[in-house]
Amino acid sequence: MKQLFVFIRKEFYHVFRDRRTLLILFGMPIVQIILFGYALSSEVKNIGITVLDNSHDIQSEQIISKIQSSSYFQMQEPSLNYPDIERQFREGNIKCAVIFPVNFGADLYTTNGAQIRIIADASDPNTATILTNYLNAMIADYLQQLNPNIQPSYQIIPEMRQLYNEEQNGSLNFIPGVIALIFMIVSTALTSVAVVREKELGTMEILLVSPFKPVMVLVAKAIPYLVLSLVNFIIILLLSVYLLDVEIRGSLVLLFAESILFIITCLSLGLLISNVTNSQQTAMLISMMGMMLPTLLLTGFMFPVENMPIVFQVISRILPSRYYYDIVKAVMLKGLGFRYVWKETLILLIMSVGLLALALKKFKIRLS
Amino acid sequence: MENKAIICRDLTKQFGDFKAVDSISFDVDQGEIFGFLGANGAGKTTAMRILCGLSYPTSGTALVAGFNVYKQQEQIKKNIGYMSQKFSLYDNLTILENIEFYGGVYGVSRKDIKTRSTELVSTLGLENEAKKLVGSLPLGWKQKLAFSVAVFHRPKIVFLDEPTGGVDPITRRQFWDMIYQAAADGITVFVTTHYMDEAEYCNRISVMVDGRVEAMDTPSNLKKKFNTHSMDDVFYELARGAKRSGD
Amino acid sequence: MRIMIFILRKEFRQIFRDKTILAMMFVMPIVQLIIMPLAANFEVKNVNVVYVDHDHSSYSQKLLHKIASSGYFKLAGNPDSYKKGLKMIEEGNADLVLEIPPGFERSLVREGSQKVNLSVDAINGTKSALGGSYLRSVINDFNSSLDVNIKLSFRKPDHTPAKIIIKETNWYNPRAEYKYYMVPGILVLLLTLIGGFITALNIVKEKEIGTIEQINVTPIKKWQFILGKLIPFWIVGMTVFTIGLIVMYVIYGIFPEGSLLTLYVFAAVYLIALLGLGLLISTFADTQLQAMFIAYFFMMVFMLMSGFFTNTESMPDWARKMSNLTPVTHFIKVVRLIVLKGSSFYEVRTEFFYLIGFAVLLNGLAIYNYRKTN
Repeated sequence: MKQLFVFIRKEFYHVFRDRRTLLILFGMPIVQIILFGYALSSEVKNIGITVLDNSHDIQSEQIISKIQSSSYFQMQEPSLNYPDIERQFREGNIKCAVIFPVNFGADLYTTNGAQIRIIADASDPNTATILTNYLNAMIADYLQQLNPNIQPSYQIIPEMRQLYNEEQNGSLNFIPGVIALIFMIVSTALTSVAVVREKELGTMEILLVSPFKPVMVLVAKAIPYLVLSLVNFIIILLLSVYLLDVEIRGSLVLLFAESILFIITCLSLGLLISNVTNSQQTAMLISMMGMMLPTLLLTGFMFPVENMPIVFQVISRILPSRYYYDIVKAVMLKGLGFRYVWKETLILLIMSVGLLALALKKFKIRLS
Repeated sequence: MENKAIICRDLTKQFGDFKAVDSISFDVDQGEIFGFLGANGAGKTTAMRILCGLSYPTSGTALVAGFNVYKQQEQIKKNIGYMSQKFSLYDNLTILENIEFYGGVYGVSRKDIKTRSTELVSTLGLENEAKKLVGSLPLGWKQKLAFSVAVFHRPKIVFLDEPTGGVDPITRRQFWDMIYQAAADGITVFVTTHYMDEAEYCNRISVMVDGRVEAMDTPSNLKKKFNTHSMDDVFYELARGAKRSGD
Repeated sequence: MRIMIFILRKEFRQIFRDKTILAMMFVMPIVQLIIMPLAANFEVKNVNVVYVDHDHSSYSQKLLHKIASSGYFKLAGNPDSYKKGLKMIEEGNADLVLEIPPGFERSLVREGSQKVNLSVDAINGTKSALGGSYLRSVINDFNSSLDVNIKLSFRKPDHTPAKIIIKETNWYNPRAEYKYYMVPGILVLLLTLIGGFITALNIVKEKEIGTIEQINVTPIKKWQFILGKLIPFWIVGMTVFTIGLIVMYVIYGIFPEGSLLTLYVFAAVYLIALLGLGLLISTFADTQLQAMFIAYFFMMVFMLMSGFFTNTESMPDWARKMSNLTPVTHFIKVVRLIVLKGSSFYEVRTEFFYLIGFAVLLNGLAIYNYRKTN
């Protein structure tokens, strides 16, 4: 046992000597949290808009000032004609244009009413729809102002409640995703590279000749990364709670337990990868490119999996990160208990055991 | 200064308070095989890097092939060859491609590249391997190849940094045969090593301890001076009191 | 320069013998361009709405019917209590719960307005958020079609009411498909990976093996070495770009509206900037692992901030300024403008100057940092 500790301590030295990698390792989640928490949002505001006002009467100007004072829009230079509008679109300054016809004010009270034309840049379809909706609502509002004596129309008013996120915090669902990514990077990529490095340098043979059981070699390599992952995890949690005002609604103990389970899954994956290759470059490419991309795309925190083709949905079910993501969402953000996540936990457990067994078997085969 | 290959006066390299190279002075004659001995950490590699134009000295002067190490590093590089511990041939290029690259880089004409590479390959007995990737060669051959590439452009001086590490005694012997041949062709050989038996092969050697040159003479003179039979013992006498040894 | 020819020959030989680089060059573009757009999808569809209808009136039925036929939503269930609806969200079977209170129709007709409860699973990110706002607009739409309102509008009022008819047109993406937005962005991502990653890895590999030391001793000058790395990878990058454009056309039918020449000019400058970044990274890393990590870090930050996923306009001021400091932001903007809107060179000239600035800055820093002699 004592020898094992000595070995583990050596591994820690290796890890901590590489200051640059450590810096990035801890820096990455911090930066990601800050970005997702403060800078990025799927909200739509400050979008450039131009107005072509052929009428210049009070009414059109009233609508224009309404648009100007809205935080959804950022008014750009007014257009004098259609080519102007086209040019501004092509310069990338606007995503939307509003056009008032001549005699707008006068036409308002005729039977046919007045026309307003809205042009939206549908390159980004969602933004376009949202912008058009905003404008529609603003105009409807204005109409209401104009027709105060008219019996107000019957309205169904939807009252929105944001479950689990009453304070309307930007992008909460990214946090479990960030955590899952970090675990994959640290535990899978780094572990696999560390083991392969040993192989490349030739020192692996030395270790194998020592009185250590081969299993111990792998365990000792993996432990520093387990610790690193947990430290990272704590940092992310602290940041989320104190910087982003996120509430950890569920049981911390359960959260930690599940995280340790997932970390072990990732470590097993890393160990398995290290067994299939002898070159650091390949190990890196497999774990970073091969694992990272599917994790990013198919875990579900960036894009909804249900909308993807069946193939991807199937692959998503094979990814351990997918289950971890569901668990963290449920426990940390929704405050649910073990009852709700036992299935996913079981799956992770089976995956861990399976991967670990496979990794060990391959390792032993190599030796003989 | 009559055409000495290397002239060094009070050469010093300091990192903060630490003097890696402490005011060393020596001359190397043309065509000489000069051994630069010392324990790891004694300052050998640092000194050599200055002479190769890889590093600026903190103070002192040095002329390599007649060129000043402060102001004429590019000229120095044109006139020297270099082979390091790591051998540094490209593993994923063939023997011929490696030769062509280094030959071209040193300005050897296309015709000469062709003739000399055929010569080189046949001298080493590697005709059948000429189109094979260097990475597939055993260590000993790689090392001999690296030396040949280092002198391919007929430099005035060739610097060898611990060239025989990890290689069997027979290959080492063959390697030194190549060094003798180069010296006979007029190339000055500046070689660092910590194999004391190789010291016997040199015309003159200097021993560095803690950044200073503690002895410089022919091997036999040194053995007489310290009253020992082997260079090992000479070295032991000198380096006993060393403060820096090992990395 | 004779030496350059030898250097370039060596580099090209090495690149084509390196299977990993080849895979990255040719396989990756195709894989990424095909797989990512399929997965990277912000479309709103199949949003699972469960409804709790306490009223069961004709109005509530009509509302539900409208929601179901809007094409965005799936009526995923009809629990009989709000609590049960919440449970369905907890279990992940629902994204939204719509609760229609008892007496819905009666209150609507009598008092003129009626609230309905819309609970959104805010953890589910974009899907639910967008779903919520779409649902709101469906309801608004429904409002205007209520026959009560229609009867109202036929009543002779005291004076003619003001009326506005809104005509909406979509430009540049008539079928409003997400892929038109995503695919050009993915193309940029590809170039970014090649420029930043691969170059950095390649140079650091030489550092690790020790061949750089050998180069340092030769008469090869600083700038020759750097050019010897930049040129081959630049050519590789432009090749990948071309392959990407071809894939984009063959698989998605997207052909740039604007000038191909302008696009290529921008790509060329962008690549130079990114190669400079890769070079710069290589001066900071001692091992391939470090290089990979540093490159990954920068790529990630750049991609997130660049407007690839989210609108740059919606960012807070400080974030937007930062996003302008990354070359990716500008190139993505330009690629989308040229490919989808057919912008001319003059119209995107500001971005061009930004990119040139980056190219000069990054390469300058890299060259300064890269010292043969210390």
